Amino acid sequence: MLKHSVGRLALAFLLIAGAGPARAEGDVVKGEQIYHRCQGCHSIDRNRIGPMHKGLFGRPAGSVPGFDYSAAMKNSGIVWSATTLDLFLQGPRQMVPGTKMTFVGVPKAQDRADLIAYLEVATKP
Amino acid sequence: MLLLPSKASTLLASRRSLLTGSGRAVLSATAVGLLVGCTAKAGTMQTADTSKSDVDILNTALALEYEGIAAYQVGAESGLLQPPVLKLAVGFQSDHKQHAEALAKAITKLGGMPVQSKTAAEYNFPTSTLKNQTDVLRFAAGLEEGAVNAYAGAIPLFGDKTLAGAGASILGSESMHWAILRYALGDQPPTVAFVGQAY
Repeated sequence: MLKHSVGRLALAFLLIAGAGPARAEGDVVKGEQIYHRCQGCHSIDRNRIGPMHKGLFGRPAGSVPGFDYSAAMKNSGIVWSATTLDLFLQGPRQMVPGTKMTFVGVPKAQDRADLIAYLEVATKP
Repeated sequence: MLLLPSKASTLLASRRSLLTGSGRAVLSATAVGLLVGCTAKAGTMQTADTSKSDVDILNTALALEYEGIAAYQVGAESGLLQPPVLKLAVGFQSDHKQHAEALAKAITKLGGMPVQSKTAAEYNFPTSTLKNQTDVLRFAAGLEEGAVNAYAGAIPLFGDKTLAGAGASILGSESMHWAILRYALGDQPPTVAFVGQAY
């Protein structure tokens, strides 16, 4: 519960501030390779173990039709952006305790930047 | 390198002994033993929170295994696979069935509810893109690579180290599937030292 609160407070701060800490520039090509780590559960175009990523940016978390989310994700209040993704990918289960996403995260800032750069291109509706 | 179907056929025939012989994964039996062994201890060694978290991880793994089983069924029923490759696919599917059975038993013993498999239609596989044997093998290789990465990303989260070991055993099995499928496709061996997370 405490971790959950801290995560949401940090998220709220970032959203109110309008921007997170400065992020590294992302490389789309490298990001596509890093996306392989996600492809056990996710695809761009279809729901699988995890929800599809198409239309990710600007979408409220827990809102892809037809996907059975955890209550924690549906109630997280997150709207996906480069900032919220960067925070989430550092530790999905720390930011949203109770999420079904059983993935340790992407600890390296540059890897996250590359992955987010790729997602910005690949998930456009 | 993506081989033309005819060239791939020749290559595959020459690799038959590898594909249907010692190359077949055998770690699934080890994984079963590890999973069954660990669940006997789990009830006394873990807190409720870590058990719940471990059940979540095991259920993600189970869902992946069910998806793999269904995908190999699509490949087996496609009519696109030559006999030795079909035998290989059915063998890999059998490994995934053993993984799934062990995972479901472990989840139940931890007090969880195993996820259920979906229908073939619910998986919504891109079957319209599977035109020949190479397409099927590449589709399977992609799923195996994804599964390897998923296990690599989930294993550090286990509260029970024995479960982490069992997960690593399954990861090893599915890495072999992935490597053999890449070999069958004529792809270059992986040129990275680490799979999944880079350390």
